[in-house]
Amino acid sequence: MKAYSLFKKDWQSELRTRYAINALAMFILVTISVIMFSIGSEKITEYLTGGLLWVVIFFSAMSGLSRAFVSEEERGTTMTLHLIAAPSTIFSGKLIFNLLLVFLMNFVITFLFAILFNSFIIKNFTLFAIAFLFGNVGIAISSTIIAAIISKASSKGTLYPVLSFPILLPLILTLLELTKHAMDGNSVSSSFVEIAVLVCYDVVMLTASYLLFDFIWEE
Amino acid sequence: MTNYTVELNNLVKYFGRRLIFDGINFSFSSQHIYGISGPNGSGKSTLVKIIANLISPTRGKVIHKNNLKEIESFKLHNQIGFVSPYLFLYDEFTAEENLLHFSNIRGISFNKERSDFLLNELKLIDRKNDLIRGYSSGMKQRLKFIFALLHQPSLIILDEPTSNLDNPGKEKVYALIKKEAENNLVIIASNEDSDIALCSQVIELEKFKRAIGK
Repeated sequence: MKAYSLFKKDWQSELRTRYAINALAMFILVTISVIMFSIGSEKITEYLTGGLLWVVIFFSAMSGLSRAFVSEEERGTTMTLHLIAAPSTIFSGKLIFNLLLVFLMNFVITFLFAILFNSFIIKNFTLFAIAFLFGNVGIAISSTIIAAIISKASSKGTLYPVLSFPILLPLILTLLELTKHAMDGNSVSSSFVEIAVLVCYDVVMLTASYLLFDFIWEE
Repeated sequence: MTNYTVELNNLVKYFGRRLIFDGINFSFSSQHIYGISGPNGSGKSTLVKIIANLISPTRGKVIHKNNLKEIESFKLHNQIGFVSPYLFLYDEFTAEENLLHFSNIRGISFNKERSDFLLNELKLIDRKNDLIRGYSSGMKQRLKFIFALLHQPSLIILDEPTSNLDNPGKEKVYALIKKEAENNLVIIASNEDSDIALCSQVIELEKFKRAIGK
């Protein structure tokens, strides 16, 4: 409940300041436009479109999701949070906020890909939905803990992608594989290993984040 | 009436290689106002941040007890009210929205009666629905007192409590501090003579520095 109250505060603040939403919207718009201009009238393969989808998602996450903690640091309100909530409440609240942002962002990106790219054809929608669900959860968890780590650094903009790349790489590779399977029309059961890897990634990241956050949050 | 105590056991703080203070041993108890004084850079703010569990000491321990029972660090935040010039509230919210969010995040129900009482005491009641982006620095300082007192904490830590306040504001704040000290523990870090005059005991941080130099 306390975490939900923190999420509500963040969401209300986001609606007023548009700190993350504007950055995300502009990034999505610009990236997809650049891809469309560079492709021109060329016909690209299904697999390449699937790969591009996750590339756009990865870099959009880089541009918007760090703001959960960075905005607090920039406004000087980090200490205020220290004074009103326990670390676990803060991490949970920020995670809920990032989950909402990731799902919104990825729905928009996937929708735009579906209407703008003819070669983006998903034959097994259930498999794609499973990948999308667990993938988004993984991106949100990783982005939240990385944002907490980099929020106190002086070169946040550089550090975020540098730290995110090795942490998100196994997730993105698994998601690419699952998207390929969904495009080929493979069954859910035949992709069990990749789904298991995805679920394990989420569980490991969530557990590690909760364990580490106390140390990250302490100055 | 609560019996809140804070014990400082051999506190040492370094920033990098620079020693801020060493060997602070002190015991605070409720129904008193304590002062922490010293020149700029002597570590007043660092010490109150350590007491408030905002930063860790390099060595030593701070023990908070309520009715002789030690309070776990993750539960401390609801026991402490903190005011300082480096504390910021959310500019995009009104005063009342800020207070409402803080109560909800603390997990306590918003006490509108107490909120209105404190807003009225600190002459912010007419501006409670204005975004605090438009507040003057003095008004923001008054709001920080409401932020610190709304949840009725047992330990009130005030770092430079009267900075940015005009004379009526200072008088009001002093009256509030005296009233809170009837039941609670108040610690003031300041160089202002009028702030320190409220205190029954004062820790002179400069003495701890000299002790190290020997």
